[in-house]
Amino acid sequence: MKEKVVEAIGLKKSFGDLHVLKGVDLDLHRGETVVILGKSGAGKSVFIKIMVGLLTQDSGVMRVLGQDVEKLKTKALNALRLKIGFSFQNSALYDSMTVKENLEFPLVRNIKNLSRKEKDLKIEEMLDSVGLPQTINQMPSELSGGQKKRIGVARTLILNPEIMLYDEPTAGLDPITCMDINNLINEVQERYRTSSIVITHDLTCAKVTGDRMAVLLDGQFRSKGSFQEVFSKAEDEQVKSFYDYNFIES
Amino acid sequence: MAEEADDRKPLLSKKIDKFFKGLADAWNFVRRYFQEVFMPPFEFKELIHQCYRIGVESLPLISLTGFIVGIVFTNQSRPSLSEFGASSWLPSLISIAVVRAMGPLVTALIAAGKVGSSIGAEIGSMKVTEQIDAMEVSATNPFKFLVVTRVTATTIMIPLLVMYTDFVALMGSFLNVNANEMVSLTTFFFQVFESITFLDIWSSVLKSILFGFTIGIVGCYKGYNSTKGTEGVGRAANSAVVISMFLIFIEELLALQIVNAIRNM
Ligand SMILES: Nc1ncnc2c1ncn2[C@@H]1O[C@H](COP(=O)(O)OP(=O)(O)OP(=O)(O)O)[C@@H](O)[C@H]1O
Ligand SMILES: [Mg+2]
Repeated sequence: MKEKVVEAIGLKKSFGDLHVLKGVDLDLHRGETVVILGKSGAGKSVFIKIMVGLLTQDSGVMRVLGQDVEKLKTKALNALRLKIGFSFQNSALYDSMTVKENLEFPLVRNIKNLSRKEKDLKIEEMLDSVGLPQTINQMPSELSGGQKKRIGVARTLILNPEIMLYDEPTAGLDPITCMDINNLINEVQERYRTSSIVITHDLTCAKVTGDRMAVLLDGQFRSKGSFQEVFSKAEDEQVKSFYDYNFIES
Repeated sequence: MAEEADDRKPLLSKKIDKFFKGLADAWNFVRRYFQEVFMPPFEFKELIHQCYRIGVESLPLISLTGFIVGIVFTNQSRPSLSEFGASSWLPSLISIAVVRAMGPLVTALIAAGKVGSSIGAEIGSMKVTEQIDAMEVSATNPFKFLVVTRVTATTIMIPLLVMYTDFVALMGSFLNVNANEMVSLTTFFFQVFESITFLDIWSSVLKSILFGFTIGIVGCYKGYNSTKGTEGVGRAANSAVVISMFLIFIEELLALQIVNAIRNM
């Protein structure tokens, strides 16, 4: 069995009387991609936000790269965050900065003594790897949704993270762009040897990118396993309907 | 249990609860500013950028308003002074009014409208589109990068802008006085500097620092705490302006009391 890079044990989280996570467990092993599926509002984003310390759980343990996230002090937490790439649901590009400045931001603030040339090279490499070298001087407002997503991914990749978290990378995109993004996720996986968590509603994306699936329903992971295991013999009605509706729609 | 108790509370007491919670929240925000402003690393580049932005944003409007206030105030004061045959006192009267009250107040109110709202809207939209979270996960302290720089920038820039407004308003006044009473520039400014005291200048500067801090901190606080959605951003910008204007007037009143007390000592 490979080393666990993420280990969630009995995680609970509520907002007021809204119980979002009711004790979830999940392991992510080095080099694999786990896909988290689930309805809107199921708590998928909340789950990965706990992983980087943007939210804190009410109870349970979240261990990332062997460290208990909740117990980390600011400095150690920041050091851990640099090893995690977080691609936000709505890209979260800094809209007062150009694409170049967006990519530069994590770079110059976290790696000291970087020459201008090294910096530019790194930025070019990242833009090439997401296939958008021509956008370098554009503002985020001039990009399409799919382009924004890819620049967002480039910005998180620039620090060579060990773990990549993709929050709905294909939501709201046409099928062809979706496929581009799926391929990008797989390419990143191969080229940079990351371990990834992909959150999605999109079963094609899940099938293409994921080694394992986990379905989040009613605050718990109801079904885990390979795509075949989860969906071909799904006994759970809700898991099944997830599959059915997805394919009727597409 | 706690929720049940909360449900049974009458509406008014809930509102009062909310008010004091908000107050405590705001107080913590201010405290956090003072904790982080002196702690390295310092974001000098962003601070300079913000200072520049504040200057550029408010300069045109402040120039125009200051100038017009100078002219109009001089013109309107003339009749009452000439009734006592004292129109030669116009420069003294105007300089005292401008330096003590109008310069700081006009500048602060305009900056609250232009700068305060733009800070509120900017930080608010960064909040709701998760840009602040993105900063945090790339190991940058967003409070330091966004809030500390902006509040410090307004605190530095508003006093400078106030001096500029004072100057522009006095120039406006001079043009009017020059046209009507044929007073030369040197005579005008000689009279101006004769009538304003050190206390006037110091209190004006200190007051402006307070106004600047208020505009920055209210804009940032409202933006940083704006709730989900684009509607929240608009509301943040709007209430940033309303609240900072309200606070500026209160501060002006308090400053007036304090300065008068000192003057009478
Ligand atoms: N900071 C917060 N404060 C209060 N409630 C929150 C907060 N973050 C999330 N929630 C609530 O938690 C629930 C789960 O949110 P989450 O964003 O994790 O959903 P999701 O599974 O990612 O859905 P989607 O697919 O729409 O992104 C939602 O009902 C949301 O309103
Ligand atoms: Mg989500």
